[in-house]
Amino acid sequence: MNESPVPPTAGIQPVNLISASAPRRSFLAHFQRWEWMLVALVVIAIVINSRLTPYFLNGQNLSRTSADFMELGLMMLPMVFIIITGNIDLSVASNLGMCASLMAVLWNLHVNIWIAAGAGMAVGTLGGVLNGFLIARVKLPALVATLGTYAFFRGIAYVLLGDQAGRGYPPAFTYLGQGMLPGTLIPFSVGLFAVLAVVFGLILHRTTFGRYLFAIGNNENASIFAGVPVVRIKMIIYTVSGFMSALAGMVLAARFGSTRPDIGTGLELSVITAAVLGGVDILGGVGTMVGAVLSLVLIGLITFGMGLKNVQDQVQTIAIGGLLIVSILLASIARAISAGGLRINWRTAALAILFIIIFAAFFFFFYWSRAPVLKAVFGSA
Amino acid sequence: MTVKNPPATRSNLFGTLTRFREFGIIIFILILAFIVSLRAHYFLTFGNFRDILVDISILVIVSLAQTMVILTHGIDLSVGSSIGLVAMMVTYTIKANPSIPLVGVVLLGMALGAVLGTFNGLIIAVGKVPPIIATLGTLSIYRGMVFLYSRGYWISPYQLPNPFKMLSKGTPLGIPNIIIYAVIVAILVYYFLNYTRTGRDIYAVGSNPDAAQYVGIRKQRIIFLVYVLSGIAAGLAGVLWASRFESAETSTALGFELQTVAASIVGGVSISGGVGTVPGVLLGALALGMINNAVTLVRISPFWEQAAQGLLILVAVVSDTLIMRGVQRNKPK
Repeated sequence: MNESPVPPTAGIQPVNLISASAPRRSFLAHFQRWEWMLVALVVIAIVINSRLTPYFLNGQNLSRTSADFMELGLMMLPMVFIIITGNIDLSVASNLGMCASLMAVLWNLHVNIWIAAGAGMAVGTLGGVLNGFLIARVKLPALVATLGTYAFFRGIAYVLLGDQAGRGYPPAFTYLGQGMLPGTLIPFSVGLFAVLAVVFGLILHRTTFGRYLFAIGNNENASIFAGVPVVRIKMIIYTVSGFMSALAGMVLAARFGSTRPDIGTGLELSVITAAVLGGVDILGGVGTMVGAVLSLVLIGLITFGMGLKNVQDQVQTIAIGGLLIVSILLASIARAISAGGLRINWRTAALAILFIIIFAAFFFFFYWSRAPVLKAVFGSA
Repeated sequence: MTVKNPPATRSNLFGTLTRFREFGIIIFILILAFIVSLRAHYFLTFGNFRDILVDISILVIVSLAQTMVILTHGIDLSVGSSIGLVAMMVTYTIKANPSIPLVGVVLLGMALGAVLGTFNGLIIAVGKVPPIIATLGTLSIYRGMVFLYSRGYWISPYQLPNPFKMLSKGTPLGIPNIIIYAVIVAILVYYFLNYTRTGRDIYAVGSNPDAAQYVGIRKQRIIFLVYVLSGIAAGLAGVLWASRFESAETSTALGFELQTVAASIVGGVSISGGVGTVPGVLLGALALGMINNAVTLVRISPFWEQAAQGLLILVAVVSDTLIMRGVQRNKPK
């Protein structure tokens, strides 16, 4: 349909040349409206899920499942900001653990739950300030700084809580993670996320601050020269990220009803996956909040579907990791095709076949080496 | 005369700097050793030193490979999962075929690791996926495959033959084999990075990718290579891990990637590529090993271990950055 948007007469009149060549977009360019792709994927996931089980389109089921992804979503919102500036925050899940653990320790010491939660929020925000200071002021690479705080924050969580656990939170607190908005089936955390998503989306797309984020991601040096307060903005987004991690920690602790120091371990991967799958360019400068929220919905639906098929949690990580790689790989391939840089000759074909053989051998071994063991297990049983 | 002076001082300054970077870690190690030995006299004994070396041997092997990856301005976060997957697959193979020779086991482990590394290398070098994203993805894919493969079961010591356990624990040369393997790997990597053309290319790609390409270095190939090497090292580490701990679990080497990155960074490897030495990484691994050992000996709660490591990374990186900045400011124009 869109193969020839250039009118055939375009080349004849030199006046038309400029205006005709400017909007020349290939068919593939439309895939770069990644949000439409996500919408299609979400629809497909809904159709497949509703085929898998009649219980899928059940209000209570949906509301309970959607609550499972809100911690992820809360941390994803500032992560979109951070990735758009071309940075990253690996410490979000550890920060979550640190805040939840501090709250649990204080609660175990019979401190009022709201004071404990407030302390947790404060420490999480401080953690974000530390990240921001290291990255914006000391000018460490974000990857290194947050890898350090990733270990440090989680370490603090273990120091605080050790082998203890916080439990027995009052209902007023667990409402944060388990309660419904009055009179509806919508979980409180979903409502909270929806409001914050709109706020973050408006900030990103409708304010100067949001434009600055894109500017920093596109060319940090140019933005400094253009007078963008880069240091202050980085401080702000990392502080906000710390605050939101703490908030997610409270919601997660409230949803579980208990806290152990390993709470939320590995969530940073899902958070980054959600942002990147939503079309936020890991190299910075590109991304929309709508896309990020859509990808969160998609991840939720896929995880839910696999849960319906009784796929173990640990195996589900394969799908999430694969989704992360494929989503970037596709964008990269689309870029290569539209740049015309995808040449296939005999050498690449031979190499491709060689690699396919290597991977096939690996997977053959993966199943074959396990087979005798299986026999032994079933034989003895 | 006046023209020649500035370059001379500059090279001098850089000389002091390169000496200082490893010097700083040595000072740190000495201070740590001094403080800990005040609290625990056992710390400064030969036996304890050997224990520390045994503890860090696997870390050294993987960190050196991680260093090669970081030298190209990349990172391999999937090594922990690769170790876990290889350890699981190798031990299951041994369990099913106890007669398999030890050399075959080691080669099998390295081959499996190489395939995992090849996958990383392809996505990163050919698919142009940023290394952190690609290996973050394979971190969870490989870990998921451990579960898929083992179905939640694990291999216990009694299921493994004695010769396999002796692969790392045996002491035919007076010291545990596993230390010898680490020393061999360190010598190989040292020779590779300093005295071979490909090794120098790794530094070239890391310090200036475009310049490297202009002088005819095949950037893609070098980047692909370091991930395969990292996979091979992880494969070897997987075999040694299973041999040393006489078991393979689904959580084997969980979070180990962080320690390998930490050892490299603490050892003075720059995360932006092109800077780093083998002796530095060895010292970095030693510093991490000593902290873990000290935490146990001084009877601090083991829960402090991770916090101390995180703090060490932050302190090392911050001080390194500040020193570098100070040097650059003092550098004559």
